[in-house]
This record gives sequence, structure tokens and C-alpha cells, in this order.
Amino acid sequence: MEYAINVRGLTKRFGKKVAVNNVDIAVPEGEVWGFLGPNGSGKTTTIRMLCGLLSADAGEGTCLGYDFRTQSEAIKRETGYMTQKFSFWEDLSIRENLEFVARVYGLPKKRQLVDDTLEKLGLVSRQRQLAGELSGGWKQRMALAACMLHSPRLLLLDEPTAGVDPKARRDFWDEIHKLSSQGITVLVSTHYMDEAERCDQIVFISYGDKVAQGPVLKIIEQSGLITFTLEGDRARALADELRGKPGVEFVAFFGAMLHVSGYNRALLEATLAPYRGDPSLKISETHPSLEDVFIQLQDRATRGAA
Amino acid sequence: MNGYRFTLHRFFAVLIKEMIQMRRDRMTLGLLIGIPVMQLFIFGYAINMVPRHLATVVSVADPGPFSNSIVAALNNSSYFDIVKATNSPAEARRMLARGDASFAIEIPANFSRDLIRGAKPNLLVEADATDPAAGSYAIAAIPNLAVTALRDDLVGPLAPLAAKPAAFNVAVHNLYNPENITQYNIVPGLLGVILTLTMVLATAIALTRERERGTYENLLAMPTRPVEIMVGKITPNIFVGAFQAMLILLLARFVFHVPFIGSLGLLAATSALFITALLGVGYTISTVARNQMQAMQMTFFFLLPSIMLSGFIFPFRGMPGWAQVIGEVLPITHFLRIVRGILLKGNGTFEVWPDIWPMILFLFAAGTVAITRFRRTLD
Repeated sequence: MEYAINVRGLTKRFGKKVAVNNVDIAVPEGEVWGFLGPNGSGKTTTIRMLCGLLSADAGEGTCLGYDFRTQSEAIKRETGYMTQKFSFWEDLSIRENLEFVARVYGLPKKRQLVDDTLEKLGLVSRQRQLAGELSGGWKQRMALAACMLHSPRLLLLDEPTAGVDPKARRDFWDEIHKLSSQGITVLVSTHYMDEAERCDQIVFISYGDKVAQGPVLKIIEQSGLITFTLEGDRARALADELRGKPGVEFVAFFGAMLHVSGYNRALLEATLAPYRGDPSLKISETHPSLEDVFIQLQDRATRGAA
Repeated sequence: MNGYRFTLHRFFAVLIKEMIQMRRDRMTLGLLIGIPVMQLFIFGYAINMVPRHLATVVSVADPGPFSNSIVAALNNSSYFDIVKATNSPAEARRMLARGDASFAIEIPANFSRDLIRGAKPNLLVEADATDPAAGSYAIAAIPNLAVTALRDDLVGPLAPLAAKPAAFNVAVHNLYNPENITQYNIVPGLLGVILTLTMVLATAIALTRERERGTYENLLAMPTRPVEIMVGKITPNIFVGAFQAMLILLLARFVFHVPFIGSLGLLAATSALFITALLGVGYTISTVARNQMQAMQMTFFFLLPSIMLSGFIFPFRGMPGWAQVIGEVLPITHFLRIVRGILLKGNGTFEVWPDIWPMILFLFAAGTVAITRFRRTLD
């Protein structure tokens, strides 16, 4: 298998703080990988190291076949990087931004390329508008188009859908999957579970350590988590009561339902037994959701760090 | 590693982007043109290093023809304006203390009698020397004034008391600016000061602005190289600087009537060198400063010695050795000598060369620091 990203032992320190600790990532070409982790866990730092914006303190490997530590120039030419915060020039028009990118990469038939891109974006009529005047969703679409202008083989997207409405978010992911089907590799960091579930594999990092990796279902399975749902009028009121009881690892709300999760089936059943008699409560076992696993991984990492 | 290779298309990409951004930023563009014009008019007309019409109080304890002649001579000299004549030295002193007068001139009692007896009475001149420069020209003029004032009174039997002419003549020629017109010195100097302020500041915020707005990360994520970014960002400012220089020189010629004796071509070439050196300083600041506020503070840190230690207002040779050393490092010191030399003295390349190579050296050093300071990563 050909890997678009294949790095081992990736490490970055800021002073005494270890931002990224000995992380291995191997993304096969053409796949979409999700990058999950709480705020400040090292996602952005990792992505920046991959495209040469930060120099790694340790680690080795390749990005698109180039040594990521010494050949960042070549990597930059074939990679599209979309920053977390909108980082195009707000005092340039949409067209001027795209033209700038086309010039920087020395792309042939610049005018035609920019025209086509604007057409595809549906921004032809607004091409003279300043980028700063666009709404969040349009900014993000423009940024993606600008990152794609030089036909990169690898896309690094850092929380691209933060602050974007659900419709725009879905359109964005349809676009990602279309690109992936054309053979482009995508590494995307996100906080949204539904987005993570659309990825071929997810990498979970916390406090700079990689704590889990794999396809969504496998990660859920590997977690060893057993989850029960409690439905009914009283369900929400039970959250505090159940927290800390034997076998209960954590309790979380899912709409009107309560998810009660733990590792020990016997203990969990025993804890829930007294409630089974209540006719207003419906108790059933369910598959833990990715969010349950996410919270569990985060809890465990927090406890480990404390 | 070909990290320093320069490509034209990336340079043009940055250049075009900068030009568009500059065109959109009307406020800054307006300041870049408005500042030179305003400063030139304010300072050009305001600064006068040969102050005249200084308020003077005379206390006359011995009225008479001699006193009258002396007071008349002071008044006619145009250095002194007699604002009050009193017979109380104490009041004259008070006026000095309050700042109502810069000079108090006292003609003591029995001045006429002692003069005629040949007892050489004192004419007391008290000056407010809190600002030593303000009164120096006027004070220097007094002895001569006093002598000539009484020349017409000391005739006939009093003739022997008149001052004898010296046994030799002192011929003083004020070359290049015979009338001591301050504007001839200040206006060309302002060219240097205004360029220092606007060029360094405009460039200092160039990269800092990208950093503040977060666009710097994007710029670094693309294959643009430090030299391309630097030259692309600096080039529009070279044009702004050239425009400012032209504007100032036009005003100097046609409003302040500064003589233009030397070669304009040489002036243009040296101005270009000076501007480029300043842009080097600005860019270096740009690579160090974290935000625009810091960039501004660093610019002023550079600007103050450029005004104080360059010989712009205060005589360069009057400074102690160490201050002159600092002054010699600053490009403006050399540029001021070049501009004044070309405009007022008609200096050519040969005379100007000793001030050209230090600027080249400075440019080279600033450029090297700017390029090496430019980080290609966000670390």
C-alpha cells in the first residue's frame, strides 16, 4: 500500500510542555482520515509539522514520498492546507485571492482556472466582493477552493467546519468525499462526531499522545464499553443519582435519553436492576456511540495525566 | 536545498497583492502623502536657528544721549525688541525670571560720567540662558553693536575714547548660505527625516500585519520564499518613497527657494540608496515585532536618534565622540550630508562618495539581518 502520510515518533515541545508526543500516523493514499481530540491536544501542531510550518523536535518519515523534515518545499507544492482560522486576505476580493494563489504556484492558464473555480463555487457574480465580507460558510468554501487550486495530492484541513451551518457542513463533506474518490488523501481535524463517522479511519489524540486509531466501528468495539439507554420522563433526573454508582463509568445525555456506560456488565446490570421495575422507564442495551467512546477516552486520558 | 532561489512569478504574486492592498488602504496612503507635505510646511516655516526680535528689557539708571544711542542701536539690530524701559534693575530681573524678557540690559548710574572720564564703565547684559542656543547669535552681536552705537557720539574732544579699529581686517565669508537662512538647512534635512519616519514605519508593519491577521500562516504554507516575500513587499514602498522625495524636493525648490546647485541625477541615485536602506531597517523590525504596536515602538526607537544624533537640527560636530559614532552608523547622517552637499554646495560624486559607502554597508547589514531573521516556520 502507498502511504500519503507515513511518519513515526512525531514529537514537538514548546519549552517544557510536550505538545505532541511520539505520534505515528500512516494514511494510505486516497483515504479520508479524521483527527480527533480535545482542544489543545496537539492536532493543529501535528498538522503544522506535516506541512513544514513547524519543525519537529523528533520523528522521521515521509509525506507524499518526501522526507517531511528536509523536503518541506516539495511537500508544500503538492499539499493544500486549510487553516483553522480563515487566513486568506480579507481586503482582497474573492477573485484576487484566487489569482494570488494561482500566481504563487505558477499555474498555467490562470484566468481560465480562476474562472472555472468561481463557476464551480457559484461565486461568479460576487467575485469582486472582498473576502472579508463573506459569511462563515462562504469563506470556508472559498478557502477550500483556494487550497485546491493547484490540484494537490494531499489536503490537510484543520477544523474546517467550525462555526459553519449544518447544510454547508454537509455540502462540504460531500465535496471531501468527491475529492477522495479522485484519489486525493485527506486528513481532517474535527470536533463533530458525525463528521468523524464519515472518515475511513480516525486518529484520537489527547495531551499530545495518540490514544486510539482505527475505523469508527472498530474503535467503538475496542473500547470494551457497554452502554444502556434509559428512556422516559424520569430519565433525566436520574443522571446525578447514577453517577459514581458501582460499574458506572460515566453518564451522558442524548436528547431526552440517558446513556449509562461502563466496562463491567454484571456490576452495571446490578446497579440498574432496581430501576427496571419502574414502568415509566424503558431500559435497553445499545451500541455505544462514538461520542461515548470519545468521552471515555478523554476521561481516561485526563485521569492518566492527573 | 534551494531555499533562497528567487522566482519571478512568486515575486509578482506578492507585489500585485501588496499593490492592491495599498490601494484599498486609503487612510495609510493618504498619510504617506499628507505627512510629508504637512511636516514640510510646519517645520520649514517654524524652525529658525537664528532667532531675532527677542524680548528685551532695559533698565537705565543714567538717562542721556549715550543711553539713547545704545538703546536705539539695540532696537535697530533686529535681534532685540525693547519691550520695556525701566529704571529698576530689580524689575528687569523679575521679567527675566517670569520669561517676559530674554535679555535684561542695564546701563548703570554715572555711565556717561565714567565713560567721559575714561573709567571704562560696565554695560551689563543679562541673558536667560536656560536655552543656550536661543540667545547665542544675539549675545555675539552685542559688543559690536555697543561700539558702533557710540561712534557718532564720541567725536571732537571725546574722539580718543572711541574704539580703535584693529590693526588687521577679519574677512568672514559665509559660504553656501551667506544669509544664514535656516530653511536652506532644515528643508533638505526634512527630506531625510520624513523618509525615515514613513519608510521604516510602512515596512515595519508589512509582515507584522500578516502575522496579526493570521494570513502569515497561509503565506508560509505556500511555496513562497523569504526573498520573494521581502522584495515583493518592499518594492511598492520604494515607489512611495520616490514619490515623497519628489514632492518634498518640488516644494523645497518652489516654495522655500532652496538652491539646487548640484546634480539632480546624483541626488535621485543617493535617495534611492537611502530609501532602500530604510526599508531594510523596517523589514528587520517586521521580522522581530509580534504585533503592530511593537513595530511602531521599535520604529520610534530608530527614529529618535535619527533626528537627534544625525545633525538634522543639532550640530553634529558639537556631539561627544561616542554620540558621533552612533550618528555615523545611521544612514540619515550620511544622507543629510549628501543632500545638503549636493543642493547647497554643488558636490559631485567624488565629494559625496565618503558618505555613500557607509550607507551601502548599512543596507547590506540590514538586508542580511532581515533575511536571516525571517523564519520560514511558525516556531
